Amino acid sequence: MRIFESSVGRKILMSITGQLMIIFVIVHLIGNSSILFGRGGINAYAEHLHALPPLVWIARIVMLSAIGVHILYGVIVTLQNRAANPTGYAVKRQLKASFASENMIWTGLLLAAFIVYHLLHFTARLLPGVVQSVDQLNRFDVYRMVVTAFSNGLVALVYALAMVVLFLHLSHGIPSFLQTMGWNNDKTIPTFGTAGKVISAVLMVGYVLIPVVILTGLLTL
Amino acid sequence: MSAHNAQTMTLTLHVWRQAGPNEPGRLEQYEAKNVSPDQSFLEMLDEVNEELIKAGKDPIAFDHDCREGICGMCSQVINGVPHGGQERTTVCQLHMRTFKNGDSIYIEPWRAVAFPVQKDLIVDRSNLEKIMQAGGYTSAHTGGVADGNAILISKIAADYAMDAAECIGCGACVAACPNGSAMLYTSAKVAQLAALPQGQVEAAARVTAMADALTEAGFGNCSNHYECQAACPKGISVKFIARLNREFQKALFK
Repeated sequence: MRIFESSVGRKILMSITGQLMIIFVIVHLIGNSSILFGRGGINAYAEHLHALPPLVWIARIVMLSAIGVHILYGVIVTLQNRAANPTGYAVKRQLKASFASENMIWTGLLLAAFIVYHLLHFTARLLPGVVQSVDQLNRFDVYRMVVTAFSNGLVALVYALAMVVLFLHLSHGIPSFLQTMGWNNDKTIPTFGTAGKVISAVLMVGYVLIPVVILTGLLTL
Repeated sequence: MSAHNAQTMTLTLHVWRQAGPNEPGRLEQYEAKNVSPDQSFLEMLDEVNEELIKAGKDPIAFDHDCREGICGMCSQVINGVPHGGQERTTVCQLHMRTFKNGDSIYIEPWRAVAFPVQKDLIVDRSNLEKIMQAGGYTSAHTGGVADGNAILISKIAADYAMDAAECIGCGACVAACPNGSAMLYTSAKVAQLAALPQGQVEAAARVTAMADALTEAGFGNCSNHYECQAACPKGISVKFIARLNREFQKALFK
């Protein structure tokens, strides 16, 4: 299949899988923000979300496949790029490339590591110290689990740093997926560049807000 | 302006010297004296070479041809930027007035696996031609000469195609690209023909063949750093890469 072999085809695969993950990250933030409504908010959200196991599993399989394809071609494409330009210059002045655009492979791999940690932490709940209990309505108490976890400053810091990495990855990733899909012209190129940074910043602030409101005592058990 | 400007400069050059394709190379230091601000960069190098020849040394090998910014031969990375970093300028159009007395100038060849160094600052750019050969042509009827303007082309399409056709194939996009990719060059060729009625017959085959030729020649993949557009002496826009991506998607379903 040409899309898997061609340089442009692989870029399109990276773009589409990236878009799936961006949609997930937006929906996930909206869902998580239900914690701001207290125990009733997030526990009800989690209860309803998991009410249809087949749908949950379809979503999980789609997301894991997207992540797998994105990482696979991200690594292949990066190795090819390194091989195409191994010598470098004695003096090099970048005109347009940014820290974010040059470090996509590293921010991407850090995010992959974070996803593994995050899934072990709150999805599989295999890490030590994860509080698993039910609330008064006999629902799984997501609220207690999350508030207890983020009351630990170190855990909160790891999550916050991961969101900074997410910001870096998406600030290049968002304008990049639009360009790769071909949805770009001279007028939209600068606009999408700015939009990428703004959307990434909003996502980062939104996610970091959750450990912050817990650490500052605005949300308590 | 007088050819003999009183305020001449002395510059320290760090030039990549490499005897042949498989020889090791290194930066060597030279002093350029009595450099006039009115000289072009290549004229400055010519004078340095005169001195080297007089001293019985091997002159610095560099490519040049038209010396008016249209041939795309003067492939030099100057102080870390292809063609020296002055907007929409080739090395031959770069004037010494942009430098100051006492400046150090680093001069290196294009760096990419697909552009092997032949000697000093000269690289072999024939891999760009391989991309062109893969699809940079259109079908034409044989027989009698067709009437001029028999095919109607809108002003918008003509201007768009002309903007893409401004590419002189110098390879600065590859030299600037952290991935050593020739995607801007390839996209300019694809977009130029895709915009015109004459280019429609091969449109789908062209984009896939040229994209494949790019990879086969050892160029990297595009990851949207946009260094290429910033370094391009003709200001070719990365919007053409977006066009190439669209053309590729259309071709997937053909």
